[in-house]
Amino acid sequence: MSADLEARIPGFLRGVRLQRDRVRDQWIVQAPERAFIVDTIAASILQRVDGDATLAAIIDALATAYDAPRDVIARDVIDMVEDLTARQVLVCKS
Amino acid sequence: MTIPFPMSLLAELTHRCPLQCPYCSNPLALENVRNELPTDVWMRVLNEAADLGVLQAHFSGGEPMARKDLPELVRGAAKAGLYVNLITSGILLDEASFIPLVDAGVDHVQLSFQDVTPEGADLIGGMKNAQGRKLEAARVIVAQGVPLTLNFVVHRLNVERIPQMFDLAGELGARRVEIAHTQYYGWGLKNRATLLPTRAQLEQSEKDVASARARFGREMAIDFVTPDYYADEPKPCMGGWGQRFINISPSGRVLPCHAAETIPGVSFPTVLKDSLESIWTKSDLFNRFRGVDWMPAPCRTCDRREEDWGGCRCQALALLGDASATDPVCRRSPDRGLIDAAIAESADAPLIYRRMSNHKS
Repeated sequence: MSADLEARIPGFLRGVRLQRDRVRDQWIVQAPERAFIVDTIAASILQRVDGDATLAAIIDALATAYDAPRDVIARDVIDMVEDLTARQVLVCKS
Repeated sequence: MTIPFPMSLLAELTHRCPLQCPYCSNPLALENVRNELPTDVWMRVLNEAADLGVLQAHFSGGEPMARKDLPELVRGAAKAGLYVNLITSGILLDEASFIPLVDAGVDHVQLSFQDVTPEGADLIGGMKNAQGRKLEAARVIVAQGVPLTLNFVVHRLNVERIPQMFDLAGELGARRVEIAHTQYYGWGLKNRATLLPTRAQLEQSEKDVASARARFGREMAIDFVTPDYYADEPKPCMGGWGQRFINISPSGRVLPCHAAETIPGVSFPTVLKDSLESIWTKSDLFNRFRGVDWMPAPCRTCDRREEDWGGCRCQALALLGDASATDPVCRRSPDRGLIDAAIAESADAPLIYRRMSNHKS
């Protein structure tokens, strides 16, 4: 189950992107007719979304970068990617 | 009071437009092409906007595609880090004109439709055979993979066709739909008696939008703008005066909203004289209705004063002759009777089209 989920490759929908808001010193997602703030955890995940990396690779990279238990990171990443997919920010291919 | 950073820039590049919609948001006194800002000034302004905190640039008009330098301006905005939205009628949009905009970095297109039927569209746009060109424009945009919003302005003559508007959006592959009831300023106010929907029509439109939300779920984002005449409280125009939004007119005047040029007794700041930062933070115009200190009774003590910011200044001006009055839409305004009288006055009069010749100043 988890291996299947982690084989998916997330990418940004056309017209949606992560961007540094240098004036307000924060990360934002820009989308059609809206922009919203993302916290540093979400930003650290989204910075690794490039349309090539699998969820497994993103989870591995984050577990190493933050020296954190892989299963905890995996749950956060999968939940967030599912939420952002429903909100028309990300699209997953397998 | 701390002044917030602006989020959004509406760049009205030109008032030239092939359409003549009788609710156009442009001012009654349309700007002549010879007064339009040159490319280099727009490029400076786009960079100043990004430095000031603006995140999204909306290229509008008139018809922005009437400007030959649009690809250059889109490229400049994208390079400055701005999210680039093109707001167009689609009349001038085909593969040859659109691909340079895609290459320049346009992020999203908002395409206006006046109706779903060719007859209805021709009546409002004041142009023959506009609908076919718009449908073709939508196909070109979707084929290029650029996210598309369809914008429908609704009023008494087309509001019953909202379900078909959603059908069309679904068929064309639009990711967003805006159903916006006409706002009654400028040209819209001239045509109010003909365009204002009945309360029954408004209620039906709310039901139709709710069914569409249920039908499309999260596949389609839906924005619905109601006519404030039927509301009890005013809308927070532009999210508050000088709070989030900058409008720049074709000749470079910088405004807190697109109708603000009607306000008498102020000198309008212009990008030809001052920086955007100085205009946003220091100009009399932007500070005049910013925050709550300017408010009259009953706004001053109202618990909604930082939600609706006293409503729309331009509506107060247009209907009461006083831009610092409470928006008369509000039930707490002593002038609410004017709105109720307007609702009672609707009648089928001939439309007055948006043309230079239809405004005598």
